[in-house]
Amino acid sequence: MIRRRALLALGAVVLLALAGPLLPPYPLTLVTQALVVAILAMSLDVLLGYTGLPSLGHAAYWGVGAYAVALLATERGVGLAGCAVAGILLAAATAAVFGLVAIRAAGTYFLMITLALGMVVWGLAFRWVSLTKGDNGISGVPRPELFASPLPFFYFALAAAALAWIALGLLVASPFGLTLRGIRESESRMRSLGYNVWLHKYLAFVISGAAAGGGGVLWAYYNGFVSPTDVQLVTSVEALLMVALGGPGTLAGPVVGAGVIVFLKNFVSLYTKRWLLILGAVYIGVILFAPRGVVGALRGRARG
Amino acid sequence: MSRPDFWVIQTFNGLSYGALLFLLASGLSLIFGVMRIVNLAHGSYFMLGGYVGLTIALRSRSFVAALLGGAVAVALIGMGMERLFLRRLKGHTLGQVLMTVGFALIFQDLALLVWGGDPYSIPVPAALARSFTVSGMVFSGYRLFLIALAAAVAAGLWWLLDRTRVGALVRAAVDDAEMAQGVGINVPRASLGVFALGAALAALGGVAGGGFLGVYPGTDFEVLPYAFVVVIVGGLGSLPGAIVGSVLVGLLDNFGKALFPELSYFTLFAPMALILAVRPTGLFGRA
Amino acid sequence: MADDVLRLEGVAKHFGGLRAVDGVSLSVRAGERRALIGPNGAGKTTLFNLVAGTLPVTEGTIRLFGANVTGAPPHRRAALGLARTFQITNLFLGLTVLENCLLAVQALTPTRFSMLRPVGGYPALHDRARAILAAVGLMGVDGAVVANLSHGEQRQLEIALALAGKPRLVLLDEPTAGLSPAESRLMADLLAGLDPAITVLMIEHDMDIALALASRVTVLHQGRVIADGSRDEIRSDPQVREIYLGV
Repeated sequence: MIRRRALLALGAVVLLALAGPLLPPYPLTLVTQALVVAILAMSLDVLLGYTGLPSLGHAAYWGVGAYAVALLATERGVGLAGCAVAGILLAAATAAVFGLVAIRAAGTYFLMITLALGMVVWGLAFRWVSLTKGDNGISGVPRPELFASPLPFFYFALAAAALAWIALGLLVASPFGLTLRGIRESESRMRSLGYNVWLHKYLAFVISGAAAGGGGVLWAYYNGFVSPTDVQLVTSVEALLMVALGGPGTLAGPVVGAGVIVFLKNFVSLYTKRWLLILGAVYIGVILFAPRGVVGALRGRARG
Repeated sequence: MSRPDFWVIQTFNGLSYGALLFLLASGLSLIFGVMRIVNLAHGSYFMLGGYVGLTIALRSRSFVAALLGGAVAVALIGMGMERLFLRRLKGHTLGQVLMTVGFALIFQDLALLVWGGDPYSIPVPAALARSFTVSGMVFSGYRLFLIALAAAVAAGLWWLLDRTRVGALVRAAVDDAEMAQGVGINVPRASLGVFALGAALAALGGVAGGGFLGVYPGTDFEVLPYAFVVVIVGGLGSLPGAIVGSVLVGLLDNFGKALFPELSYFTLFAPMALILAVRPTGLFGRA
Repeated sequence: MADDVLRLEGVAKHFGGLRAVDGVSLSVRAGERRALIGPNGAGKTTLFNLVAGTLPVTEGTIRLFGANVTGAPPHRRAALGLARTFQITNLFLGLTVLENCLLAVQALTPTRFSMLRPVGGYPALHDRARAILAAVGLMGVDGAVVANLSHGEQRQLEIALALAGKPRLVLLDEPTAGLSPAESRLMADLLAGLDPAITVLMIEHDMDIALALASRVTVLHQGRVIADGSRDEIRSDPQVREIYLGV
């Protein structure tokens, strides 16, 4: 089964790689954006879909990664490698600290705590003006020379997303991934079998945060501009919807969900300013009528 | 301003902010107590209450009408949400919570559509806008009104839950919904009623807050984490918890803003983390 | 004394005013087959939860294989060699039978932290999991999702998960709960065929099965031990007969 999924994924990557040069500029940037955001969605799926921990503050780690790049690249002239490492490490460190508070909690409390922690990061981004320039954001983040123009950057994003897919795919297919799914199904059983459930949840939290930070690093280079909007609650909510829409616990689903949301958002904003209204309605529709998401439903049908 | 004056005034301000938070958080806590879901549209109730109250205040020139009208309007919205949407997902708490997120987004955009992006202030009666001086310190009359309002509501809630038959039914439903249904208590109707009450309380807070902080886009998500920290610290489903939590958070936030303005939400995070480290279900909470 | 696998001393559990377990002392020796019986509400499952660590004791000490585990969390006790089944089936419903068993097999091994290779790449794990499933008679359904299994098959899987980690002491909480007479007989055969080196403490409502499988019986009533002895001693104990007259 893993081989079939790997082949499908490979096929998708090849297809995209070939389509890249053929796409007009605007769709190309949208696809690039979808690839970057897919990394955030996949990272959240590890936590939500596989471990069963609903986080409403995942934009925090995405944002830490993005701000790290923005600050280091614009103020210290640090290159891609340095920024990427710093961004991911800082995001992981944030998750490590936040995880100590959040993982103690279960279910509903976890949801609220992650939301509150996400707001802490937003609050810092907004009010710590001397560091983050507050509402004005940090602009002029320079792309590495090699990937400066749209098409090379597209390939860069495609490679990064593929790498994230492989890494996270290995993680969820591994014994550790099985452990996470066991925790999702029955924590009490896991404990009686001998698992230190807190530790596994914590590890999942930190890894998921690091991956989100990686996505944020890429976002900073893609967008060239980082602001508190990137860490606001709505961003975390959009990420959650990508996972819910695409199918939690499938890894492929969130990628599809990311694509759908990015395209929908950009398409809708051409015609109306009421994006949030539509997002909310879509959200409610998905919860009511497609609780396992698109990919989840497809896989469910295949399994019979 | 002299040192002791600073502390007295800040404490007073913190208490008045706590009063506002109590109106907001008590509803959230109640709803969780009966339905076991966290309503992420609760901040939206606060905001919508403020906006509706604004419109009523401007049209009718009556602050009381604004308070009541805002509360009733949002209570109806809340009941609609529960009866028509949330109830369809009975038993799927995560799905219900996510659904409330969808509503929060819809409400936010609708408010923007109807009232626009400019901030407004709800006109308050002159009697409340007065300030008074006590031993050289100037206190805002409106803040005192907020404290009095919250205290009255707290007393009313306590009386309702502890002393009336309706309250006993609600408490039974909170303790054990299945058992309550088994002894003939109409739990769905109790849930609907509690939801309406919770929404009304949040809206009341929104109107009261509107005369003081103003009404503007974004209050919904700005105020939500405060409500969360209050119920996390105080414990979900507990009225004493909501009271203690609101006072604590109000004071902490006020002093935090006064002493370390750049750190904002950070002053909430530290005590929340500390309390959770010791008691994962909050000070008065049940799992 | 030295080879007491389990020793409880004055263990009590109070829920407010309710004394669910009220000063229980007992010891189980290595290799014993002990049945814990008593009417509903006697405190049997609560006692199991105390021994397993899912509930903290109000008073008393619990010793597992000589070590004081009174404050230890469940996973620590499992690492010492304790396993349990649940009265209300507690399986990983969304996963397959094989995956359930793999989780049990890898639980106390470092493999559970491996993140870089798919689970399929650990043949030793798979072999052991399949062996356990074969031992309990579930070989044909290893690819089935547990939610789709019959109740009887789920109860078999419960046992499989408990045995997978090579435990030294197994707590069986009503292993025949909800089973048909035919299924109960199969379960009884399975339990009779367990490795004699494993110590078994079992809660069983069905007196016949309990007395058939166990060599010693402890009788619990209102949270207290009222009789503790061999099968025959219990069978002829007047107090026990009185309590069970109504059952």
